[in-house]
Amino acid sequence: MSLQDSRSRAGIKDRAQLGVCAGLALLGVALLVDASRIGHAASSNDPVGPRAVPIVLGVALLVVSAFYLVDILKGGRGEEEEGEDVDLTHGADWKTLGLLAFFFLLNAVLIDYLGWVISGSILFWGSAFALGNRHHIRGLVVAVALALITFYVFAIGLGVNLPAGILQGIL
Amino acid sequence: MDNLNALLQGFGDVLTPTNLLFALAGVIIGTAVGVLPGIGPAMTVALLLPVTYGLEPAQALIMFAGIFYGGMYGGSTTSILLNTPGESSSVVTAIEGNMMAKAGRAAQALATAAIGSFIAGTIGTMLLVLVMPQIVKFAVTLGSPEYLAIIVVAFVGVSAVLGSSRIRGLASLLIGLSIGLVGIDRVTGQQRLTLGIPQLADGIDVVVVAVGIFAVGEGLWVAAHLRRKAAEVIPVGQPWMGKQDWKRSWKPWLRGTAFGFPFGAIPAGGAELPTFMSYMTERKLSKHPEEFGKGAIEGVAGPEAANNASAAGTLVPMLALGLPTNATAAIMLAAIQGWGIEPGPTLLAREPKLVWALIASLFIGNTMLLLLNLPLAPAWAKLLQIPRPYLYAGILFFASMGAYAVQGQPFDLYLLLLLGLLGFAMRRFGLPVLPMIVGVILGPLAELHFRRSLQLSGGEWSGLLGGPVAWVGYGIVVLVLAWPLIAAIVRRVRGDDGGDGDGTNGPAGSDGRDPLKSATTNFGRGGNVPDMGM
Repeated sequence: MSLQDSRSRAGIKDRAQLGVCAGLALLGVALLVDASRIGHAASSNDPVGPRAVPIVLGVALLVVSAFYLVDILKGGRGEEEEGEDVDLTHGADWKTLGLLAFFFLLNAVLIDYLGWVISGSILFWGSAFALGNRHHIRGLVVAVALALITFYVFAIGLGVNLPAGILQGIL
Repeated sequence: MDNLNALLQGFGDVLTPTNLLFALAGVIIGTAVGVLPGIGPAMTVALLLPVTYGLEPAQALIMFAGIFYGGMYGGSTTSILLNTPGESSSVVTAIEGNMMAKAGRAAQALATAAIGSFIAGTIGTMLLVLVMPQIVKFAVTLGSPEYLAIIVVAFVGVSAVLGSSRIRGLASLLIGLSIGLVGIDRVTGQQRLTLGIPQLADGIDVVVVAVGIFAVGEGLWVAAHLRRKAAEVIPVGQPWMGKQDWKRSWKPWLRGTAFGFPFGAIPAGGAELPTFMSYMTERKLSKHPEEFGKGAIEGVAGPEAANNASAAGTLVPMLALGLPTNATAAIMLAAIQGWGIEPGPTLLAREPKLVWALIASLFIGNTMLLLLNLPLAPAWAKLLQIPRPYLYAGILFFASMGAYAVQGQPFDLYLLLLLGLLGFAMRRFGLPVLPMIVGVILGPLAELHFRRSLQLSGGEWSGLLGGPVAWVGYGIVVLVLAWPLIAAIVRRVRGDDGGDGDGTNGPAGSDGRDPLKSATTNFGRGGNVPDMGM
């Protein structure tokens, strides 16, 4: 794709790509190390054993990361994904992202203790806040309504696995 | 005739009040979620997976059929009424559809899209009925080496032929295959890549991967780049078409269907190439070529039909071989596995009732969509104005719920966030996500057939080559992977420096923001497909 590109404008674009390249190589090494740890358990039933595929993949990852590196050095660059609500003229908004990750993890920590209705409400309200919602009361109402509806429809109506938590017996 | 009887039996199974209700619910939810901006068909299906957990497989499939076509239809509504590029396969629809909407012809654009989708979906599903059992008949005769070769062709097809960079596609595939390795080896009981974490011993659930990559990853990606001002929605009334519109639409519908279905059915077809080919054809054949680029109805009718026919086509390899060829099919396959049904060539033999019920509900769902969407279009358009903070908060909310519900353990939520961040990074660095999810789903299957082939041959590596099917398969793989080399040699031998025939001469995609331009570049690459297949 970037044939012409690389000829006319040599040099590395978007240095962060080198990190991806290193990550791929690391994953390859990890696969090889993990495979070497597995005892060789070949039998007449299973001539190649559980090690063959991880070794093939590990080597393939190293080869691909090498080609990737060449592509980057020649000025190759992956296109960022577009979308209906995506504006790529600004860089990524790390503050929003950090807040979203925080509320996401908070839900993971709280869900078994407080139950889905409470932890899910916090997740929705917090995520909306992180994304710029400033109608706090309205956000909370929507959050609690969604959490209650999903709980009753899925957990009670359809038998899906959602914890009631401390509200056990009340809901 | 047997198939027809089986299909009628399938209709009989679906046409009960309860099942029709599930079909209706699927169609409505699918369209509503698909209409929401930023949510494409793949994410629609991923987010709605948990809805089906509590249902019987038959009812879940019936509902899923509705969600499938509903999500597709919803996506095209978004691209016509919102002035921004969305899914790559609906980019072409968006070009003319959006222009029509701006010129005050939104109603006609939506109508031709809805009716075209219905016609393409119905013809496509009929072709599925005709073609799928034949492929199954052929596929059940295949042994492990042949099946492995077909999977490898699918791997190479989705990673090296689709998309704009084969190296990034292959990287994505390998990440997916590595994720598929995690867990206890089924044959020997050895732990692989589990890092000593007990929850990883059973492997990473495909549903968690799909939701993580398609819902959380996409949600985080959009959240980090959210438009300050949401794109404007073009108001629309009840869709309708005049006599002239019908006259100009019906041929593009049929031609689009003819383009879409075969491309959907082959492992490396996708929807981008046929929609673009349909667009180019209509522009060439139109009696009003001057309207193209300003809102020509043919340019909506053809590509939209091609898009839906391609979606129906992807069901052929999915049901007959268990091979997913686009993201939506990949997630549906994950769902089928989740209900404890093993996809593959034996699916039709073991679960004929389920398969025919699914196909019957595709027909029914498609018809319901047409009846619903014409009158409901103004209501769907209102959904486009949903405040973005609530929309993306909702995506994270439903994704968390779905992932937790798989096994009821918070561990999956941590995993979900990690996978979401991986999905974010892949979008940031232009790594396509489809090869990865295909790798996760098919990787374990590929390993199974790899080891079984060698077991049959007593460890002789020649056992992998099996019969002619495998030879052809690996021949295609070598051709595709070595294509840049072959093309370079051919160029050198011919001694021309124009290099126009190599298909990579699109404007290098450093800033391919313009949808038509990036569609052109994709087309240029994709143009290799027929050559390579030879």
